[in-house]
Amino acid sequence: MNLENILNHIETVDPEIHERLDTRRKLFKNFAGFGTKLAAAAVPIAFGSLLNKSYGQAPPAGVLDVLNFALLLEYLEAGFYEAALKNPGMFPSAASRNAITTIGLHEKQHVDFLKAAISGAGGTPIAKPNFDLSGGGGSGNGPFKDATWNYRLFLSVAQTLEDTGVRAYKGQAGNLKGTGAVLTAALNIHSVEARHASHIRQMRQNANFAAIKPWITGKNPVGLESLVQANYNGEELTMQAGIEIININGKKISFENATESFDEPLTKEQVTNLVKGFIAA
Amino acid sequence: MSNKNTPGTSMLAGEPGTLNASRRKFLAIATAGIAVAGLSGCQKIWEHIPKPGDDDDDWKPVDLGSGDVGILNYAYALEQLEAAFYIRVIDKAYSGIKDSEKMMLTDIRQHEIAHREFFKKALGKDAIKELSFDFSSVDFSSRASVLGTAKAFEDLGVSAYNGAGSLISDTGYLLIAGKIVSVEARHAAYIRDLISYGSFADSTVVDNNGLDTSRKPADVLAIAGKYIKNKITASNLPS
Repeated sequence: MNLENILNHIETVDPEIHERLDTRRKLFKNFAGFGTKLAAAAVPIAFGSLLNKSYGQAPPAGVLDVLNFALLLEYLEAGFYEAALKNPGMFPSAASRNAITTIGLHEKQHVDFLKAAISGAGGTPIAKPNFDLSGGGGSGNGPFKDATWNYRLFLSVAQTLEDTGVRAYKGQAGNLKGTGAVLTAALNIHSVEARHASHIRQMRQNANFAAIKPWITGKNPVGLESLVQANYNGEELTMQAGIEIININGKKISFENATESFDEPLTKEQVTNLVKGFIAA
Repeated sequence: MSNKNTPGTSMLAGEPGTLNASRRKFLAIATAGIAVAGLSGCQKIWEHIPKPGDDDDDWKPVDLGSGDVGILNYAYALEQLEAAFYIRVIDKAYSGIKDSEKMMLTDIRQHEIAHREFFKKALGKDAIKELSFDFSSVDFSSRASVLGTAKAFEDLGVSAYNGAGSLISDTGYLLIAGKIVSVEARHAAYIRDLISYGSFADSTVVDNNGLDTSRKPADVLAIAGKYIKNKITASNLPS
């Protein structure tokens, strides 16, 4: 994260923030130099508290709600990979175990970043819920109950979680418009989730579990089908901002390529509904 | 890019048509330059002399514009670059390319063309011109050269969209940027894995808060400029 960049954004993007900042410019200026010397782990805390100070109070509840919603998803992803990595024998190769270790680490880092940012901004991070990773809503007997030791199922669920995470962050971008630093941080998480999704899809392809590409074609879940169809519905869109992408401007663009070219968002309500089976109430 | 602004020593070597066009252009600029700046404008005049063989208008600075139009033109420029690159990649694939690689790289070409054409259509009359590119530093017959360049372009694209998000005013266009950036990130991860399996999100692009890279337009264009023949003016973009 480039702190100076973020601070510049805060100063210039949102006129309201800009006015608030005017009296605090000196503080920010000091921080801009200071930030480069900070240990990275300390950055989100300082970032959150400065964000807080820039408002003179906690940021609007809507921004904190978005961050807590993101935190819930990151808790879930981190918890899922943590449970799977407790069964190292499940992984067929060092490469596959290393990849999941990397992805799991990123999800933990996202948890820590969001918690610190929320606290620092004067909000209260939600506690980690009790998860039912079987997707059984607390019964422990849901459709994914073997996913933390059955490699094939594990990858299918991981793919769905990552693709859904990408959609969830995308759906919140508009709600973070004008927040500068917060929006940039969310975008920087969002593209990491997309990198994860791409790699997990390749892992499935390389293991011959599915004929699947790194990108989403149509609304095809490729694997778990009806169990996760709702996670992919809407991805078949070919109309963007009122413009049809198929054969756009006379260029030969197929339906498949048109849908792959743009990932689609989900609302908070849609995502909450999709992941509720993982929450043990 | 600096080369093409250097006065050519062999203007007479150009084809007759080109020469005439170039000479006309030179005279027009020279006149304008002198009128505006007098003798002190000489340096400027020399800088603008087109080389024979340049596309007609390559020497004219391309202004991206301001506000959301500027950001969309910025994205349009980057998508033009990516599309032009992958068109070359597929036109004459590097030796030893696997079928699966060619399929995926063809997909990526199609995605970048779709992005390019989307911006062109969305911008309409505000769209910048079609840019000219210089891929002389790429060896299209070499897998390492092609994939190395692809990786640079995709990572750059991700950082460009991540950095541009907060500069966009219109919520609809912010969402469009979000829809595209995750596809670029999927590309980036795939290309990186082709080069070195498992490097899809390594520490060269993801920091230890788990955050991807974002770059300001000026920083992105400084990197992309190596491949773009036109001079791009980004000074009116929101910052």
